[in-house]
Amino acid sequence: MIALLQRDLILAVRAGGGFGLGMAFFLIVVILVPLGIGPDMEILSKVSVGILWVGALLACVLSLDRIFSLDYDDGTLELLLTSPIPLEAVVTVKSFSHWITTGLPLVVISPILGLLLGLQVSDLKWVFISLLLGTPALSVIGAFGAALTVGIRRGGLLLSLLVLPLYVPTLIFGANVARKSLADISNNSALLILTAVTLAAFSILPFASALVLRINLR
Amino acid sequence: MSLWEYANPVKFLNLSDKVLPFFAGFSIIGLAVGLFWGFFFTPDDYRQGSTVKIIYLHVPSALMAINAWFMMLVASVIWLVRRHHVSALAAKAAAPVGVTMTMVALVTGALWGQPMWGTWWAWDPRLTSFLILFLFYLGYIALWSSIDNPDTAADLTSMLCIVGSVFAILSRYAVNFWNQGLHQGASLSLDKEKNVADVFYQPLLFSIFGFVFLFLTLVLIGTRTEIRLRRAEALRLRKNRE
Repeated sequence: MIALLQRDLILAVRAGGGFGLGMAFFLIVVILVPLGIGPDMEILSKVSVGILWVGALLACVLSLDRIFSLDYDDGTLELLLTSPIPLEAVVTVKSFSHWITTGLPLVVISPILGLLLGLQVSDLKWVFISLLLGTPALSVIGAFGAALTVGIRRGGLLLSLLVLPLYVPTLIFGANVARKSLADISNNSALLILTAVTLAAFSILPFASALVLRINLR
Repeated sequence: MSLWEYANPVKFLNLSDKVLPFFAGFSIIGLAVGLFWGFFFTPDDYRQGSTVKIIYLHVPSALMAINAWFMMLVASVIWLVRRHHVSALAAKAAAPVGVTMTMVALVTGALWGQPMWGTWWAWDPRLTSFLILFLFYLGYIALWSSIDNPDTAADLTSMLCIVGSVFAILSRYAVNFWNQGLHQGASLSLDKEKNVADVFYQPLLFSIFGFVFLFLTLVLIGTRTEIRLRRAEALRLRKNRE
């Protein structure tokens, strides 16, 4: 499993576009929104959490088809199916490596982008924590969508249509954690539910994704 | 004699052929009585005026929008467990009906909200979760139409329906957490005190009855069409081979 993780990470780095593209997209979203809304820092700081979360979500969706489609096309996925590692574990590892290559970089640069949007330094902590806890769920939920559409040519748009509604709970609770701390309200409950959503997604969804992959590889 | 006998397409077609006229008739009677009674023979509400009559379309369509998804969920599980093709096709046929019901509920809600709340749309939990349900329907229908192999399509959409249901329920409670509502609580309740007043309730029941049978009629027609399409496809393939 560790070998598989290493392979996925190396492929993402060497094939190009793994780390960089998602981050660049995130940056562009954060730059474009103030251009659309106007330079008023007060308004921007009010919507900053939403922009960061929605930006991270979109950046994540754009890179989802990379999770399975390349391996599906060159037959690696079929080999993995016959390998001693259960397919559920393969899905988990692949979601995790997707998170490391797209989710984690987004989380790391989010405080800097938060500054651009007029957040106070003291508030950056919660934006960072909420994204750190929420983005793994985005990857594993996205892996389910990627597994569904792996056999479809040009399934990118369909993938977004399928996955984005599934992101609703994560987005609501994640953004809520950060917004509540900005308003100086206790964000304990939102934080707990966000963590619960992520953990539940990671423990249950790989089974559904593996089932779907088996159907697609039939 | 068991219910599963009707998983046989021929038996299903025979049975549905017999019950369809009755279902259609029930639907027409329910809708005609409910809507005419509701629109012309009920008093105006003392605060809402005549806009209260939107209830005869709004409540039944919202009810059926959710029930249609639930029916798809049950049909999907039956398909995955027992591999009855009729079940998968019924789920497929129910989706367009469900999405239409969702649309009707959203549009009538907007038309009702404008005079009552002073706004077409509010980011209220109920309204938002209906919009999300609408997106789930769209994704489900899009997935069906983009896969060629019918069995794979049925399997994948069934899985999407099951996972989607979990997330739909989660979203329903998440939006409650996110915002307090403008929409009132449930209009229908077994508790007499909370229930809508009797003058409005009786025609509403007819209307709901009509909508239920309208849904059943449309789904049966849709399923029969799908079965025949499947048959035509099989015939075409057989001919090509010869």
